[in-house]
Order: sequence, then structure tokens, then C-alpha cells
Amino acid sequence: MRCKKCPQRAAIKLPQHNISFCKDCFTEFVHSQVAKAIKSQKMFTPEDHILVAVSGGKDSLALWAILLKLGYHADALYLDLGIGNYSVQSRHKVDHFHETVAQPQGATLHIHTLAENEGAGVKELATMMHRPTCSTCGTMKRYHFNRAALEKDYDVMATGHNLDDEAARLLGNVLRWQTEFLDKQTPTLPASVDGFAKKVKPLYRLTEREMAAYAVINKISYIVDECPMAKGSKMLVYKDVLNRLETESPGTKQSFYLKFLDKQAKEQASTGSITSHDQQRLTPCQTCGQPTSMEVCTYCKMMAKAKAHV
Amino acid sequence: MKVHLTHPPKDLDIPGPTLVRQLLQQLQLTPEAYLVIRGDDLVTEDEVLNDSDSIEIRSVISGG
Repeated sequence: MRCKKCPQRAAIKLPQHNISFCKDCFTEFVHSQVAKAIKSQKMFTPEDHILVAVSGGKDSLALWAILLKLGYHADALYLDLGIGNYSVQSRHKVDHFHETVAQPQGATLHIHTLAENEGAGVKELATMMHRPTCSTCGTMKRYHFNRAALEKDYDVMATGHNLDDEAARLLGNVLRWQTEFLDKQTPTLPASVDGFAKKVKPLYRLTEREMAAYAVINKISYIVDECPMAKGSKMLVYKDVLNRLETESPGTKQSFYLKFLDKQAKEQASTGSITSHDQQRLTPCQTCGQPTSMEVCTYCKMMAKAKAHV
Repeated sequence: MKVHLTHPPKDLDIPGPTLVRQLLQQLQLTPEAYLVIRGDDLVTEDEVLNDSDSIEIRSVISGG
């Protein structure tokens, strides 16, 4: 199979676009998709300072690499969750990428370690709070990435969520008709109220397979193993179902999520923006000051329970 | 050929020659969820894999 853009041997076929690319043309394609996402969703400008949430996985490290290649000011934050050997390996991947790729380009890596700051790793915290580990992990990540972006004065926080992540989340929400969660499933979330950093997902146009291929082609060493805490997760089931549909009918994931975004943009134009909704329903947490729809935010409630347990 | 699957980790010995597409079918793997890697290179579905090749079939799925 040959590349559709040049005479080189193809490295990857993308059935959803009915095209094949060699290594260089594929890399160019990924960069153009990210650039298109940044521009069309008004994510950030070349003057902005970006904080990338990195985990050691393919998506976040590739995102950091792409933003630096495109000339953006991109630093990163790694949250050490304390999940045994998995966290040791993922930290090693992040450190290696920082030392060999990011630091030589002047980028900074920030580290927040749960065991040092919260007194225990995410698994132990989840046990103390009688909550599922993945939900505890989500709360910790949202809280610390938002807080770090604000405290360290970044203009925007970027995560490595790809098309598969967003399509699987949309499928999960639609299957349960959790329409209240759909409003916030956009690639750009504004800093709607004091205490919220602007959040963006520049990889939302690219599939998980495309991101893994980008990492392999560009020799980004990432943690291939799945998080041991994710075993049995519903998101993995939704991703599997969507990939089967995608194989039978290429383009399914893209049309599912991107057409949802088109529909949502029209609805928000008539019903009001995320900013005005947030301003109506969020107030500062009485403990930490971050915006919440309750008196005390989920993170502070969880930490109070954890402290009571000790 | 030697075939290493990353998730769940498994090593297999499969006779070649065979097409990448046929190998994935034989192992009942969804093409959208995997990359097939020979050495450091990705290989497309129409490539022939030979007896002497060492192949990694890498799951692309992550996250919970």
C-alpha cells in the first residue's frame, strides 16, 4: 500500500477518511487536525501559556509533543496517583519525555504527589471514602489540574482526551439519558466563573488508534499497559462497542461525536452559554473556594472523610 | 513467526506467510483497536508477514 500524498510506503490506513499515509504525511495530518481543533474551537493563541495534564500514556505525551512542535508555550503537570508499579512506570515515561524532548525546548514539568499532599494514594483514598477508585481519581485530577493551572498562572489547561474518549463518554451519557452532563462535553470549556481555569481537548478530532500510531511513528515512549484500576470499567466496554461499529462502518465515531457538537452549538446559541449557566448555579466552596454547586465541593468532602478515617 | 500481544500479554507462534488482515481475523481482533508493528515500523493490512518476522500486536485502548 502506498501513501496517497507521496510515493512512500504507507505506514497506516485510515478507513474513516478513505486514505493511507506514510510516516511523514501521517505526522503532518495529525498536526493539521490538532491545528484545526485549536482554531475552530478557539482553544488558545500562540501567546497563551498552556498547562498539559500528562499521565505517561500515549495521548497526553503526544499532545505535549505536538503543542511544542506547533510552537506553543506548553508546560505539563503530572499527578502521581500512587498506584504501585503502574505509577512508578508512568512517572518514568513522563520524566524520560521531559528530559529528552520537552526540557531541551524550555518546557517545565510540575509534579503533584497524592501520597505526600493528601496522605495516601488514590486506591487507599477510595477505600477510606467507600467510593470507586476511578471516580476518586477523576475528582483528584479535576481538582488538582484546575488548581495548578490557576495558581501557576496558566491561561489554559489541556488534556489528551481523544475522539474515542469523547464518543465513549457521549454513548454512556446517552444510554442513560444523562442529558445534564451533555452541556459540558465540548472540546473547549471556558473559565466560566472565578476559580475555574479554561479547559481544552485539542485531540478530540483524532482516534485512539491514530494517537497510538503517532506515538509509535514519532518514537514517543509511553506506558502501553492499561491502568490496573480501569479493569471492568464501563468506558472500556463502550470503546469496544464503538470500535466494532467503526470497523463495520468507518466514520461512525467521528460522525457520532462531531455531529453532536454541531447540534449542541446550535442549541447553546438559543438556550444560553455554559458561562451563563455556571454563573447562575455555582458558588465558591466554603472550604477551598473552588466553584461548586454545593456548599462544600466534592474534593473537600472526600478529604474530610479521609482525614476522619485516619 | 513470533507474535506478541500487549493486552492481555500473550506470546504466540503463528506460521507465515500471512497477511496482516488475516492475522487479525485469525486472532479475532478488531482492526480499529490494534496496531501491528514489525520491528519499529507500523504495517498496513495488506502487508505479508513472513515466518521469520517478530510482530507486536499493540492494543491502542487506554483509560477507565
